[in-house]
Amino acid sequence: MSNKTVLHAKHIEAGAKMVDFHGWEMPINYGSQIEEHHAVRTDAGMFDVSHMTIVDIKGADAQAYLRRLVINDVAKLTTAGKALYTGMLNHEGGVIDDLIIYYFTETDYRLVVNSATREKDLAWMNEQATGFNVTITEQPEFGMIAVQGPQAKAKVATLLTAEQTKAVDGMKPFFGVQAGDLFIATTGYTGENGYEIVVPQNQAADLWQQLLDAGVKPCGLGARDTLRLEAGMNLYGLDMDESISPLAANMAWTISWEPEDRNFIGRDVLTAQKASGEQPKLVGLVLEEKGVLRTGLKVLTVDENGSAGEGVITSGTFSPTLGHSIAMARVPRSVKLGDTVEVEMRKKLVKVQVIKPSFVRNGKKVF
Amino acid sequence: MSNIPSELKYATSHEWVRNEGDGTVTIGITEHAQDLLGDMVFVELPEVGDSVTTGDDVAVAESVKAASDIYAPVSGEVIAVNEDLEDSPELVNSDAFGDGWLFKVKLDDAAELDALLDAEGYANSIDED
Repeated sequence: MSNKTVLHAKHIEAGAKMVDFHGWEMPINYGSQIEEHHAVRTDAGMFDVSHMTIVDIKGADAQAYLRRLVINDVAKLTTAGKALYTGMLNHEGGVIDDLIIYYFTETDYRLVVNSATREKDLAWMNEQATGFNVTITEQPEFGMIAVQGPQAKAKVATLLTAEQTKAVDGMKPFFGVQAGDLFIATTGYTGENGYEIVVPQNQAADLWQQLLDAGVKPCGLGARDTLRLEAGMNLYGLDMDESISPLAANMAWTISWEPEDRNFIGRDVLTAQKASGEQPKLVGLVLEEKGVLRTGLKVLTVDENGSAGEGVITSGTFSPTLGHSIAMARVPRSVKLGDTVEVEMRKKLVKVQVIKPSFVRNGKKVF
Repeated sequence: MSNIPSELKYATSHEWVRNEGDGTVTIGITEHAQDLLGDMVFVELPEVGDSVTTGDDVAVAESVKAASDIYAPVSGEVIAVNEDLEDSPELVNSDAFGDGWLFKVKLDDAAELDALLDAEGYANSIDED
C-alpha cells in the first residue's frame, strides 16, 4: 500500500514516471531528468516534497527540549522565522535524521524531517520528551512545493498577494514566514535560490497549476538527487544513517559545542570521537574522464606513510552541470583535499581527485 | 508500450539490428531499453576494425541511473561507429531507432540474422521482464 501526495494527479497529468520512494509513489522524472536539472540551474523548477514530515514543537520547555534533542543549539535562533540545519543523534552518536528547525518564539518551533524516517523520528522525539513540557504535533494536512532556480522567486512573486509579497520581501536565506495561507521559506535542496512553500492540502493542486502556468518546470526525484549532490548536500540513508557519526558525514558544522554545559544527546560520544581523531570523513570526488562514480563503489587510499586505506562512495552520479561524474565518499581521515585516490570501477582502477564536498552553487562550478 | 519497428530484428538483451541488404547491419538499443536506462550520459563504442562475436560485450551505455553492457547481436567486423554520440549521447534517448544508432557490422554469416527475434518475439520477451 503506497502513499500518494496531494499532487499525485498533477504528476500523472504531466506524464510523470512514478516510482516507489520509501512507501510514497513519487515522480522520478517527467521525461528527461537532465532537462529538469538544467531548468533548476538556469531558470526555475519545482518539486513535490509533500511527503516530507512537518512536526510542530510547542510549549514552555520547547527550547530546552530542542537544545537536548539536536546537535546544533536552537538558542542561537533569536529572529522570528530563522531556520537551522542540524542532526538528531541516538545515544551512540549515530544520526537518526537530519532536519531543519524554524524558530518562531522560544515556545514555538517547526521541524521538517525526512519522510523515510518519519516513524522512528516521531517515536524518538516522543520518547525524549519525558520530563519536558512540550507538545509534539505532526502536521500531515499540508502539501509542500519546493520552487528552485535563479528565476524561482520572480515567478513565485507573480502569484502572491500584496500581503504575501510584503511578508517575503527582502527575506534572507534560511528563513520562513507564514504569509496568509502559505508558509514560505527561503530554504532548498539544490544550491539555488528559491522557496519551499507549505500549502494547505486543498490549495496545493491549484498552486502547482499556477506555478506551471508561470513557467516553472516540474522536476522529479532524479533531478532532485543530481542537484543536491552537486550542491554537496547529504541524503539521509546514503551519506549518513544511525551507524554514522556526524563527524564522518560532513556535519561537524551543524554541531554547537558551546556552551559546554549544554547536554545534547550524543555529546559525550562525539567529544570522545573528536579527541581520538579516528572518525573517517566525507569528501567530494571528481572524475573528469568518462564513466560515472556510483554509490557503493570502493575507494582505495594511501596515506603519507604509504599505508593503504579504504573508503566507500556514499553517493555518486553524473553531474549534468559539469558534464562529468562527481561523488561523495567516506574515506580515512588521513586523506587530504587535493589528493588523488583510486576508485574500483567496472573491473578497473580509476584515479579521481579529492575535493571539499561542494561542486556547484548558483549555477557555477565552485572548486 | 514502446515503439517496436517491424522491419528490425532484435536480441533479448535489447539490441536492435537493421539489415542493410548489402551484408552489413546497423545496431542500436531499443526504445524500451533507453526508457529503462533513463538519460544517457556516455556511450562507449567499439573501434572500427574490431572483430566482434555474438554475445560479446562490445559497448557500454552509461545513463544517469546505471552502466549497461551492450552485446554484439551478430558476429562480424565493425565498419562504422556513431561518432555523434560522443557529444550527444542523448540521441539514444530521443531517437533510439534512428540517429541514436551505435555501430555497423559487416556480417560473417548472414544466416545469423535468422536466429534473432522479430518485432513480435521481442515484444513478447519484454512482456515477460
